[in-house]
Amino acid sequence: MQTPGSPARRSILDEPASTAALTPGLVGRSSLTRFLRRYPVGTAGAALIVLMLAVAVFAEWVAPYDPVVVDFGAMFGRPGRAHWFGSDAFGRDVLSRVIFGARTALIVGFGSSVLGATLGAAVGVASAYFGGLTDLLVQRLVDILISFPIIILAMAIVAIIGVGTGKLVLAIALSFLPRAARVLRSSALSIREMVYVEAARALGCSHGRIIVRHMAANVVAPYLVMLTAFLGQAILLEASLSFLGLGVSEPTPAWGLMLRGAAVDFVQRAPWLAIFPGLAISAAVLAFNVLGDSLRDALDPRLRT
Amino acid sequence: MNRYILSRFLLMIPTLLAVAVLIFLLVRVVPGDIVELRLVLGGSFVTPRVIEAERARLGLNKPLWNQFADWMLGMLRLDLGRSMWSGEPVAREIGLRLELSLQLAVMATLIATALAIPLGTLAAVHRGGWVDNVVQVFSVAGLAVPSFWLGILFILFLLTVFQYLPPLTFTSLWVDPKANLAQLIWPALAVGYRYSAVATRMTRSALLEVLREDYVRTAWAKGLAQQIILRRHALRNAMMPVVTVIGLEFAFLIGGLVVTEQVFNLNGIGKLIVDAISQRDYTLIQGLMLLVAAGYILMNFLVDLVYAWIDPRVSYQ
Repeated sequence: MQTPGSPARRSILDEPASTAALTPGLVGRSSLTRFLRRYPVGTAGAALIVLMLAVAVFAEWVAPYDPVVVDFGAMFGRPGRAHWFGSDAFGRDVLSRVIFGARTALIVGFGSSVLGATLGAAVGVASAYFGGLTDLLVQRLVDILISFPIIILAMAIVAIIGVGTGKLVLAIALSFLPRAARVLRSSALSIREMVYVEAARALGCSHGRIIVRHMAANVVAPYLVMLTAFLGQAILLEASLSFLGLGVSEPTPAWGLMLRGAAVDFVQRAPWLAIFPGLAISAAVLAFNVLGDSLRDALDPRLRT
Repeated sequence: MNRYILSRFLLMIPTLLAVAVLIFLLVRVVPGDIVELRLVLGGSFVTPRVIEAERARLGLNKPLWNQFADWMLGMLRLDLGRSMWSGEPVAREIGLRLELSLQLAVMATLIATALAIPLGTLAAVHRGGWVDNVVQVFSVAGLAVPSFWLGILFILFLLTVFQYLPPLTFTSLWVDPKANLAQLIWPALAVGYRYSAVATRMTRSALLEVLREDYVRTAWAKGLAQQIILRRHALRNAMMPVVTVIGLEFAFLIGGLVVTEQVFNLNGIGKLIVDAISQRDYTLIQGLMLLVAAGYILMNFLVDLVYAWIDPRVSYQ
């Protein structure tokens, strides 16, 4: 059953085995199935992530209730047939809020990880490429920023730019930046000495072209490994900051926000308020972490433990 | 060796100074005037004259370099300025809460170390076996479960099973150790679990690396007992990265305390940071950020010293 709009479906997976063998990493059917076979835990993590993505994208159809509609008749409702995960202090359906919370977590998670890793990669690779005084100054700045725990850095940035979903993405991304720059710089340093970079320079390529086409292209593997490691952390950070009231603001459904206030104060009377959002956070972070570990092992055998 | 320690110690000063400059500038990047922002956040109508007076009081009408010099000169006298919110000296606000957070951090570190080294060793020795798998699950879960949620689960557990709630007010360890530990053991466990997960993984992988070394094979060939090989040959050499992780995570514990103190309603440094940031108390934020960075730099220094103690090959020339 070929849908007309999806010719791209063929391209990557149906590549002949010969080219797949030439391309390192995860491209090509043989290496994809090999990954699935060799890393069952990572595969389970990936499956959970796909499920979460599906639930987040189709939240409107999956969730039984509107996540922000208040129903004072159902305050602190026990989990049952009407509300599978119970209802909160405003009578809002916990299951629906967990489902919509997945959307918030994934938007903030992917947004901040991709932004932070990419900006950091740009800084790190450029720093390695230019070397000299630029590199020295950038690295000293990175050293200083790394001496703060990520959450403290993110909180300080929130103090400066304010709260809200978009700003939270920026705050987490900026706190990832120095760490990403550190990792990618060290990967890029060895590439700088490669003959093809020298050749490109001799041919008169611009700095920008060399950085993008020759250097950045060759640090894709460590970039991906770092990105998946950031994803789990970003979700945890979003939850922590929202829990502290410095992240996503009410009434947006977010897991960390759901654990704030009534979930703590009425933990004995309504334990479901605390249990389900926490399980969602743990499962999401776990899924990204195990996938990240497997990806790291697959892409960078030197780091295998 | 003493000269190395001294020069390493003195090197911390320029680093800390650079941190101070960065923090100082960071706080002043804030769009709009700090005073205006803070007074208007209060919700009341303020005249430009009040704002002007407030700026003069806080010394914000002086040139930047002058403000920085004031801050630095104050620091030499251990004066970090006054909180913009409470009007109390920043050093006093921090001092009031330091004992609780430090004790919590030390307890979490002890718990983490006591868990991580035996568990990591067990996992490495029984690599691939069920013990290894159990330890791996334990540590992977530790990295995924938010410490504040674990804290909430502890409270829930204590309330439902024992109808018991840990004491809510802080008593110093020196005054009443029992009440003190009854209150702090739960948050310390919640934070320590995550911390131990990081250290367990590190112990396992460092030990696996060492167990592959030739001298370990030689030790086996000599017919030494497993206990002796582990303790004398392997663990000692595997400890370097573990000490690094434990030391640096200690400095980063404040990140975990920020959320966990909130759950247990503890009035520590973490809660102070959250309050300072929610109230945009810039002088307080400035002082706290400096404290966090100084803690990290100091731990780095201490980790370097511990290296020499563990590994006599490390010589400081």
